Amino acid sequence: MENLKLIGIVIIVLGFCFKLDVIAVVVFAAIATGLVSGMTFVQILEVMGKSFTDTRLMSIFLLSFPVIVILERYGLKERSSELILKLKNTTAGKLLYLYAVIRTIAAALSIRLGGHAQFVRPLILPMAQASANTDDENKNEKIKSFSAAVENYANFFGQNIFVGASGGLLIQQTLVSLGYDVSLVKIAIYSIPMGIIMLIFVYIQSVIFDKKIGKVK
Amino acid sequence: MSILNILSEFMYILCGIVTLSVAICSLKNDQNKYTTFLFWLIISIMFIFSKLIPSYIIGGLIIVISILTLTKKVSVGQFSESSRKFRLEMSKKYKNLVFIPALLIGVGAFLLLQIKGVSTSLALGLSAIISLIVAIIIFKPNAKETIEDTNKMVMNVGPSSFLPQLLTGLGAVFTAANVGEITSKYAQVFINEKYIITAIIAYCLAMAIFTMIMGNAFAAFSVITTGIAAPFLLSKGLSPEIVGALGMTAGFCGTLMTPMAANFNVVPAAVLEMKSYTSILKTQVCVAIPLLISHIILMYIMTL
Repeated sequence: MENLKLIGIVIIVLGFCFKLDVIAVVVFAAIATGLVSGMTFVQILEVMGKSFTDTRLMSIFLLSFPVIVILERYGLKERSSELILKLKNTTAGKLLYLYAVIRTIAAALSIRLGGHAQFVRPLILPMAQASANTDDENKNEKIKSFSAAVENYANFFGQNIFVGASGGLLIQQTLVSLGYDVSLVKIAIYSIPMGIIMLIFVYIQSVIFDKKIGKVK
Repeated sequence: MSILNILSEFMYILCGIVTLSVAICSLKNDQNKYTTFLFWLIISIMFIFSKLIPSYIIGGLIIVISILTLTKKVSVGQFSESSRKFRLEMSKKYKNLVFIPALLIGVGAFLLLQIKGVSTSLALGLSAIISLIVAIIIFKPNAKETIEDTNKMVMNVGPSSFLPQLLTGLGAVFTAANVGEITSKYAQVFINEKYIITAIIAYCLAMAIFTMIMGNAFAAFSVITTGIAAPFLLSKGLSPEIVGALGMTAGFCGTLMTPMAANFNVVPAAVLEMKSYTSILKTQVCVAIPLLISHIILMYIMTL
């Protein structure tokens, strides 16, 4: 029964569904897949251990933490907020679009600016709400949705443009294991067009959004 | 071993030293003191001695840390927060100077990678160290505070920061177990080998759909790339960098459309006090579908 090998995928889905501890779910899925495919327990440990050592590169971002905490203590977020606040007089859609652009560029440079809890909730959403100036509950819900969405768009399609993003490293490691020698810089460069296309679509969405919210300054 | 190789390995030893510092710091925890210590100590050993320890023992250590996280024995310590007043004062004082070390991390890595013989780990590690030195020169921070803040950040980011590494491990087991073959068998139904576009469509759609099911593009990537991209695209001579880069972001289109990616689509609804997360998904689908189609077109054009 070859399809039994897909048990690992089923375990991941169930584990994520029931919000079990992610690390344990992934490790368990690996063991189960190995066992049903006829590998011995030690062989499975061997494969996982070797892969961990081969992919240590993905965790090298730990070395950037000391400089990041210094920057945060010396006002990185406060200064960024101030720069964004200078853009006050605009529509909600334009403002959120601008945030998407800045956030994409920051992600491409691996600057940790953003986050739903760290940036959108305390800064971006209040500014968007102030620009829209509406009491309508449905419109308010739309503003919140779009605020949450721009954060994701920019985060997802900006991050791989950074050379050494964990996504880029995963691409590299997977292709190397398949026997293709690939350049990390090229992976980053080929991620740029999609970042730009994303910003074009988000611009269109922001224009439609402003029409729906109905207040054009 | 050349000097560059030794330096590259040294970067991982430094990572191990960072997590060792976290381990020692966790002994001051109120709860789960010793188990949290053990967790970070193991991580540190896996980084510092990885070249000396046999792989199956590293695998065994992974099982130990997964038991620790499963039983919720790894906690975050208590730390003091830098005051907002101080941070505002500093941001007035240093203005845009704060962005210089921040930019150096990324730009430095990019430039270092252009030098022949410099490995990725060396470039990324060295650029972080250079920007740290620049930051120390500009701000003259208190060393004790910096170490404490670093420990706090590592603990907060926590065990999940090793997830990409473990997911690749899962991918390695999938490959060893030939799971990819099953995926390619199913994909074959949709693919007409005469038309490369059918394979591109199958790959991009499978990335998005698998990501929607698994809730994680990283988890989907190794399975789908091994199963579909390798036999139907890469073996036909398509650029692996283009296929890989676009394959991953095709997966991200899936992330935009699934409640399984709770961190991005469900939790934010709570953070922003929304009535329901479905309106976030609805907003994102409008962009994700055209983006996914663009992936297919772009991959076709770029690899022509």
